Amino acid sequence: MNAKAMTEKYISRGLVYAVLLIAAAFFLTPLYVMVATSFKDAEQIRSGNLLSLPNSLNLDSWRLAWDSACTGVDCRGLKPYFLNSVVMAVPAVLLSTAWGAINGYVLSMWKFKGSEMLFGFMLFGVFMPFQVVLLPMSQVLGYLGLSSSLGGLVLVHCLAGLAGTTLFFRNYYAAIPRELVNAARMDGAGFWRIFWRIVVPMSTPILMVTLIWQFTSIWNDFLFGVAFSGADSKPITVGLNNMANTSSSVKSYNVDMAAAVIAGLPTMLVYVLAGQYFVKGLTAGAVKG
Amino acid sequence: MLKLSKLAAAVALVVATSAAMAGEVEVLHYWTSGGEAKSVAELKKIMQAKGHTWKDFAVAGGGGDNAATVLKSRVVSGNPPAAAQIKGPAIQEWASEGVLANLDATAKAEKWDNLLPGVVADVMKYKGNYVAAPVNVHRVNWMWANAAVLKKAGVSGAPKTWDEFFAAADKVKKAGLIAVAHGGQNWQDFTTFESVVLGVGGAKFYNDALIKLDPKALTSDTMKKSLETFRKIKSYTDPASPGRDWNLATAMVIQEKAAFQFMGDWAKGEFSAAGKVPGKDYICAAAPGTANAYTFNVDSFAMFKLKDAGAQKAQGDLAASIMGTEFQEVFNLNKGSIPVRLNMSMAKFDDCAKLSSKDFVDTAKTGGLVPSVAHGMAIKPAAEGAIKDAVSQFWNDDKISIASGLANIAKAAATK
Amino acid sequence: MKSLENIIPKLVIAPGLVLGFAFIYGFMVWNGVLSVTASRMLPSYDEFVGLEQYVRLWEMDRWRLALKNLGIFSVLYVGGSMALGMGLAIFLDQKVRLEGVLRTVYLYPMALSFIVTGTAWKWMLNPSLGLEKLMHDLGWASFSFDWLVQSDTAIYCVVIAGIWQSAGFAMALSLAGLRGIDDSIIKAAQMDGASLPRIYWRIILPILRPVVFSTVLVLSHLSIKSFDLVMALTAGGPGYASDVPATFMYVMSFTRGQIGLGAASATMMLATVAAIVVPYLYSELRTKPHER
Repeated sequence: MNAKAMTEKYISRGLVYAVLLIAAAFFLTPLYVMVATSFKDAEQIRSGNLLSLPNSLNLDSWRLAWDSACTGVDCRGLKPYFLNSVVMAVPAVLLSTAWGAINGYVLSMWKFKGSEMLFGFMLFGVFMPFQVVLLPMSQVLGYLGLSSSLGGLVLVHCLAGLAGTTLFFRNYYAAIPRELVNAARMDGAGFWRIFWRIVVPMSTPILMVTLIWQFTSIWNDFLFGVAFSGADSKPITVGLNNMANTSSSVKSYNVDMAAAVIAGLPTMLVYVLAGQYFVKGLTAGAVKG
Repeated sequence: MLKLSKLAAAVALVVATSAAMAGEVEVLHYWTSGGEAKSVAELKKIMQAKGHTWKDFAVAGGGGDNAATVLKSRVVSGNPPAAAQIKGPAIQEWASEGVLANLDATAKAEKWDNLLPGVVADVMKYKGNYVAAPVNVHRVNWMWANAAVLKKAGVSGAPKTWDEFFAAADKVKKAGLIAVAHGGQNWQDFTTFESVVLGVGGAKFYNDALIKLDPKALTSDTMKKSLETFRKIKSYTDPASPGRDWNLATAMVIQEKAAFQFMGDWAKGEFSAAGKVPGKDYICAAAPGTANAYTFNVDSFAMFKLKDAGAQKAQGDLAASIMGTEFQEVFNLNKGSIPVRLNMSMAKFDDCAKLSSKDFVDTAKTGGLVPSVAHGMAIKPAAEGAIKDAVSQFWNDDKISIASGLANIAKAAATK
Repeated sequence: MKSLENIIPKLVIAPGLVLGFAFIYGFMVWNGVLSVTASRMLPSYDEFVGLEQYVRLWEMDRWRLALKNLGIFSVLYVGGSMALGMGLAIFLDQKVRLEGVLRTVYLYPMALSFIVTGTAWKWMLNPSLGLEKLMHDLGWASFSFDWLVQSDTAIYCVVIAGIWQSAGFAMALSLAGLRGIDDSIIKAAQMDGASLPRIYWRIILPILRPVVFSTVLVLSHLSIKSFDLVMALTAGGPGYASDVPATFMYVMSFTRGQIGLGAASATMMLATVAAIVVPYLYSELRTKPHER
């Protein structure tokens, strides 16, 4: 390669890296601001600015945010809400994923007359604005005796996530070669056997995608959390919102930021640790065109 | 013999039932700021002393907006809280849906009719039955000022008319400080607005325009002058005011960054919590032009129909406690308001509260006692929300002309 | 045996279909019914008023502004996220050394709830505390960025925060699409002497059309639903300058005691979504059999 081509190559490489790194700065700045502020004390926040580094790693805000910051009269910090979210999210994620897998399995490999059309109708649920269901769902939950409880929230999230999880699995399973299934059927395998022995072992990529997606949606949900929870069953998003809006004459930004980071930690960890599976799963055709 | 054992049995029964009747009250509220939270904690203590359990359900945000959402979905689901922080005509709206409990038993036992001014008692009743317990009386048309800032700017004492006010504000601005601390939220904009209307037009005009929603009054020259005055105030606020919480604006006055704030007397709770003394560190005065008027805001807890007998008893106790002298005194000392219960000793209260109490009784006689629209005391939520929208748009967008502002407000007032 | 085998799948999917349909269509109908009643504080079916709520809805300045904001927001949010996401994907596809790390950096905002980032963004965009103050401190005294508190520009702050959150998702999908393209096509074009940018423009982007399509679809429906984002950042303010249909519906139904009106606005939201989604779904399910 001659000099000109070499220079061109290096410039374009340089350009690529420059663009990517600037973009990375854009994406990371809010996180930096949140974390840095949570380590500053009140004086430093007042006198410094957004981007200044904290003078020292002051953990007080974190302690306060976790177990003694006040939301109104309740001064137990974020801990109870964090636990509520865990108790609510884990069953909701597992149930909605399993349910979606089974539905997807039926709709892709055991089609019957009208199943495609039914699937099409169900798909609309992925796009429906959830504001519509708030009041009717309240009535239903009351009827079932599940109002203002974590169980009620689990039910709502399962129903709301049904369309999406079914979509993911059905699209993925649709790409599994028919020969495998037909061969198994000829060997005498029935509905459940094929599911457990053949389909599930092949489902790892889509399982990862769905679990991550569902966990993120459910953990981060605010609308259902604020509308359907009672005094004891508020999830962490509601608790965080209360805390950030609770103020005495001095707004403790450091505690608010620490609380925000705590609230976001589980989902962030999931993305950092399992993000590659998410992309792999998408590549494997989870959300095809 | 028989009589004694019957008596013993009766006593045992009473003891057993009252022990069994120790109930739980779930209380929905949005008092989450420092002074407010302390005040609610007092009620919790009183209830706990009576052997009941207090389930606190605070929902922050929006001056009660999020709380209203939660309440609605809870009521719709058939599982309402025992008590919720509802006030003004909203109480009647909820009552007309048939979901509020009848508190007449408690009210008669505690003689509420004798202890409440007529105008307040009416708001707590639906079709003659008590359905809510009032907590306090707030005066909304206050103006708060930092004494040191006024001194620095060369302003002597609180201005009594709007012209005096703008002269003072100019002096503050020249001294390099912010004249008016403002929090840019719907209800705060309107709090300032209604004080302006009251000051420019007087109590009767206020009644015609903002309570009766008379279209003639809403498009009159007096209203035009009110809008002009209102817009002029904006030029004395700082650009970062949109979205600011009310107590952060009060903090600006406490910390000598700003001179004035137009806010109800709950702002006093913040001054007290910061250890400031009225008359020395800060001045409380009626908003310019409103010395003979009193815009009231009565906080109250509406009680919902409950199924559980223990909870019902606890609810009755809650209502009685709210109107009881102990709570009335402690709560209002903390929150900056005055007791709604009449004939209470004001000895422990500070000068601003004493002035408030005196004016409350006086204006009730002269007709200067008017309900606050900004705080949901006067008109139905639909119209109130629409008017607040129009006024806030006018405040925030300088491009809206006075004429358009008038038209928008009149149109909003017609919302059903 | 054969008939049992036929029944089992139907039985298995029945609860999902029934409950799913009840949740989706049942509630949609319920909402539609509400929108023709005079419901105010609580749902009430005593009085049916035809299309009065809809008439009232369209007369409201606030609703029209909310729709306008939705239009501005959707176009900028979807377009911006798509452009930024695809751009980043193309750059990432260049065998960059830190690809894994960078991908995580672009993708993590999706993991956060807007209540979380709204707290941070609100502070960052606040004129006296955030970006503007930072610039002033750094010496640019005349820098001003008060978009958040100006009625005209508040909605653009929502756009910025929205793109920040979703561009990573667009990037992930685009990257997956790019990786699925056959290398031989590119090599052939390179042998014909085409430059890299030209190859992208003429060959790769057209191939990615389905990916673009489904990303735009997902982003569009996210933008119509966006509630947390607006609530946390501006609460619809200043005034109601950054209101969108989702927040409008919430306020009308729950705070203003105008459930009938709120239901009407929810129906309008549904109609908008349907107008975009139904044609897509129809074409999608029609072509699928051919593909198999």
